[in-house]
This record gives sequence, C-alpha cells and structure tokens, in this order.
Amino acid sequence: MEDKQRNLQYNRYVNSKIPKTHPWPTLFYSFIVGGLICVLGQGINDIIMVLFPYMSQASAWAITLIVLIFLASFLTGLGIYDQIGKFAGGGSIVPITGFSNSIASPSIEFKSEGIIYGICVKMFTIAGPVIVFGTVSSVLVGFIYWIIGMF
Amino acid sequence: MDIFLTYLIVFLVGGLVCMIGEVLIITTNITSARILVTFEMLGVLLQAVGVYEYISDFAKAGVNVPIIGFGASLAKGAIGAVKTNGFLGIFTGGLAATAGGIAAAIFFAFIFALIFKSHTKK
Repeated sequence: MEDKQRNLQYNRYVNSKIPKTHPWPTLFYSFIVGGLICVLGQGINDIIMVLFPYMSQASAWAITLIVLIFLASFLTGLGIYDQIGKFAGGGSIVPITGFSNSIASPSIEFKSEGIIYGICVKMFTIAGPVIVFGTVSSVLVGFIYWIIGMF
Repeated sequence: MDIFLTYLIVFLVGGLVCMIGEVLIITTNITSARILVTFEMLGVLLQAVGVYEYISDFAKAGVNVPIIGFGASLAKGAIGAVKTNGFLGIFTGGLAATAGGIAAAIFFAFIFALIFKSHTKK
C-alpha cells in the first residue's frame, strides 16, 4: 500500500519535471518540416530522372533515399539535425532522414566509448528494432506470398 | 503547373504523415524507435495488401520519403523475389530491396562518427 502511494507520488514528481511542449506549435512545425523533407526528396528524385532518363523508378528512388540519408547523417555530424529535431518532433523522425539520424546520432555521441563498443554497438539502439521488425515482417510477407503462389 | 501540383501534393501528404507521427508522440509519449517501427510496419502492411502502389503513384515522395516507403520496399522486395526465386526469395527479398538504404545509413554514420565530435545536448 505504501509502495503504491510512493509510486504515485514519484510519477507525479516525474510528470512535473518532464519538459512541457505546447502541442500546437510542434504539430505545425512537424507538418512543415516533414513536408519540406519530402519535397526535397521529390526534387532530388526529379533531378536524377532528368540526369539519367533511362534509370528505373525503383533505382531512382533508392538513390534519392541514399542522398537523403547522406545529408541527414552529415547534418547530424554538424549537430544541426538534432537542433531541427527539437522543434520539429515527428517531422524529423518519420522521414527516412530520421532513420539515418537515429543511427548517426548515437554513434557520434558514444564515440568516446571506442569504435567497437561505442560507435558500432550504439548505432543500432534505435535502428536495431527497425531492421529487426523490417526483416521479420518481410520474411513473413514473403512466406505468405510463397504459400499463395503454390496454389 | 503540373509539377507545382505534384510538389504541393508531396508537401501536404508528407507533412500530414509526419504530423500524425507527432500526434502519436504527444498523445502516447511513445519513443522515436516505436514511431519508426510503427510507420515501417504500416508500409509493409500497405504493400502486402497491394494498395501501396496506388498511394505512391498519387503522393510520390510524400509516402516514399517517410519510413512507410522503407517498409513498403521491404515487402515489395520479398514479394518480387518470391515470384522469381521461389523459396529463397522469402529470405533474400526484403533486405536485398532495402540494402542501399541500410548500407548507406550505416556507412555514413560510421564515417561521420569518426570525423565529427559529439555535440553535447543541452
């Protein structure tokens, strides 16, 4: 009983200390920043299609994503991307640049712990689940289509 | 005029997807890893049931740049590889289709981690 009371009190204390963000501005900024990142991606894709007209759509998109990933990890290295993330919230997490940032940011931050245990281990703290879930679900989808294909 | 409309749609759809992510963050306090996984799984699901192509034809980068597109190409790769390679495709398809993105993210993160110093978070 006393534990419960203490937990409640602690939760109240934690809640009072969590930095409060006003939802409306972050919603607005996440919309603007997220939209702009997508527009940037469309721009890169259109430029690739103009430069290499015979390239397939799928390859052009793959290169577009690689360029965006490069830009995001570079900006993360400069410390700019995390600044954007502070006010853009979901706008900087949901695009593929957020995935790139989630790999680059911890690897730079934990560099001081060494290359193996710092960079290589910590780079997957957020990307790990994304890759695991992605791999598992793609195998499941492949398996289902394989079964369907047999009939 | 056509290209302007395309970019407007990309901006609106992309912005909306990201805003939905932000709504999830505000209302449920979920971490960014869960946000990424949630949207990725949404992409896998949309591709698996076969509606992603239509959405992507309409919104282009608006859904391809958010991690939904990453999930969709995982599923698309798996489906395509099963059709051409059969059983082996189940395991090779997904990662093969997204290898570019994963390799780029790991490579650039590693290189920039060696080059740049950590910016302490205030």
